[in-house]
Amino acid sequence: MRDSLEAGAKEIMNEFKTVNILFCGTGGQGVLSAAEICGWAALFDGYHVKKSEVHGMAQRGGSVESHLRFGTKVYSPLIPKGEADYLVSFHPDEQARLKSFLKPAGQDLLPYLILSETQVEDKKFVNSFILGGLSKYLPIKEESWIKALALVFAGKKTDENIKVFKAGRKSP
Amino acid sequence: MDTMKQVFLSGDEALAQGAYEEGLKVACSYPGTPATEILEYLAKLPEVDAQWSVNEKVAFEVALASSIAGLRSLFSSKHVGLNVAMDPLMTSAYTGVGAGFVVVTADDPGMHSSQNEQDNRLLARIAKIPLLEPSSPSESREYAKQAFQISEEFDLPVLIRITTRVAHTKENITIEGRKEIPNREFKINVPKYVMVPGNAYKKHIELEQKLVKLKAYAEKSSFNKTELNNRKIGIITSGVSYLYAKEMYPDASFLKLGFVYPFPAEKIKEFASQVQELYVIEELEPFIEEEVQRLGLKAKAKHPSFRVGELRPELIPQIIEGKAKTEEPSTARKPVLCPGCPHQTVFSVLKKLELTVTGDIGCYTLGALPPLNSLHTCLCMGSGMTFFEGFRKAIGKNVVGVIGDSTFVHSGISGLINLAYNGTKGVVIILDNGTTAMTGSQPHPGTGETSKGKPAKQLKLEDVCRAAGADNVDIINSYKTGEFETLLKQRLGEDSLSVIITRAKCVILLKREQKKS
Repeated sequence: MRDSLEAGAKEIMNEFKTVNILFCGTGGQGVLSAAEICGWAALFDGYHVKKSEVHGMAQRGGSVESHLRFGTKVYSPLIPKGEADYLVSFHPDEQARLKSFLKPAGQDLLPYLILSETQVEDKKFVNSFILGGLSKYLPIKEESWIKALALVFAGKKTDENIKVFKAGRKSP
Repeated sequence: MDTMKQVFLSGDEALAQGAYEEGLKVACSYPGTPATEILEYLAKLPEVDAQWSVNEKVAFEVALASSIAGLRSLFSSKHVGLNVAMDPLMTSAYTGVGAGFVVVTADDPGMHSSQNEQDNRLLARIAKIPLLEPSSPSESREYAKQAFQISEEFDLPVLIRITTRVAHTKENITIEGRKEIPNREFKINVPKYVMVPGNAYKKHIELEQKLVKLKAYAEKSSFNKTELNNRKIGIITSGVSYLYAKEMYPDASFLKLGFVYPFPAEKIKEFASQVQELYVIEELEPFIEEEVQRLGLKAKAKHPSFRVGELRPELIPQIIEGKAKTEEPSTARKPVLCPGCPHQTVFSVLKKLELTVTGDIGCYTLGALPPLNSLHTCLCMGSGMTFFEGFRKAIGKNVVGVIGDSTFVHSGISGLINLAYNGTKGVVIILDNGTTAMTGSQPHPGTGETSKGKPAKQLKLEDVCRAAGADNVDIINSYKTGEFETLLKQRLGEDSLSVIITRAKCVILLKREQKKS
């Protein structure tokens, strides 16, 4: 099943050239680490990756967005408006605010945030769950995701995060 | 370290890595978004003597002197930080360097976390030093490496200008091992290193000669790349603007400038002759645009409304079409002080007493926003103290100045001495949360810790205040609002200069320490 998902995603790759994922939420929700994990996973699979975000004052509860792009050769670090293939939101307000970044055929992954409310007990792991959901759509090997999760969490409840990630990956 | 390894680095980190590979020995900086991570990266490397300096002027001078005395050195700061170091920067072009010396400015178009959006490319022209402008993290590493060689070849500091979207973009980077570069021997050379008028006059002549040579060098630099595709549209660009333009017009022809100043005039003219319509695409100031115009070339450039704010890929077609910018109000959620932040309690008292508050730069600048609404000026580092003095002259007693601990050490101390010396009375408050919070909790002299996490001589703020001439120095727990209010009222009523240090550790730092233990 998973293999066929990855094969399907590979087709998307050919169609889109560059995969554009917009992660958004507010400071402290794990938006930046989710994008970081996705970036490393794509890097492990041999893609050219660019991830762009703003640090500094925004960390104080303000809007946080991270643009992640991967493919054979990525130019702009920012996703052009209306070109995002996936919108990964950690806060419904931010989803509403940035929905215009999605292309008409783009995937809004808000359902995984809603699903996480019933499926994930500890709020700390919500980002791993949503990443699991996202992973179903992307041409990245499961082992690369696991390697990236382990690298970014670096021993901070890595096993729990991987477990929740897998739950997200299996979710409908 | 492996000889070759692929990693995922930001522009800041990649630039630092490039400098490290080139045998960098000394790095000095003061925290400031988006430059902070350059020094943070270097501080982790045992071979590099990397310091958080008291402020950018100090940082620049320590790094330059290390270079003159024989060690490859680097200074980095945010764009406005370079203003603080302008004095040494300007004359460093006269003295030149010893071992390679690289100056990094990280500009913040769009002001994600800054008080202005000045374009520091202009400073290269004012200081008369070469300017490199990488467009990506991988170029940041490559340019940093080359910068040391250019610096040594021309005996000049080299300015590398990055912007937020270069500094805070991560990309795959192939890193290499470090070259050990032998130290240069310092030889006493008074005409070169003692900048008195007679010597400086000769050095200025020499600098003008160097600029002529640099111009020839720029013409040949591999950092200025011509990409000829469809000749209908030819775009001259630099930095991240190149990537936005390339994204939107992949088939156009490009002259991508990486060695931006002195301008490669011949290369620009040659490119212009090869394309039908010439465009200049750049963020902020019309830096390249004006140079192209000076060459007598007909080029279309952005509508002046685009001189404000960041570019984005989707704005490039509007620029090409000659349209004005359509301002879209930001819908982003504004940052706020953290729950439990000790600044909040202090501001609640200032608000209750309906005081006018001259502010400064740090997290506490957020005290200006609702619901606190209790910070009324913020200009630059140190201005919480100096603005207090000006306000006190005009509006009397109902004003206080506030400044953070790191900012006080950066440039508040001279303001306090000025207050005391010039007989100003009233109250200034140091909001001491024991860190440089806004940029990510960097240590400073008041914390008693170095950039590498080693114990350091601790600067006692209260001792400095007394020595500066404050009549009263009180230290109070930031959370004890009742006591603070009583004390503040008492001091406001006195005819003396008082400093109140409100002290409580930053909650982010507290959480981090709890996690560690």
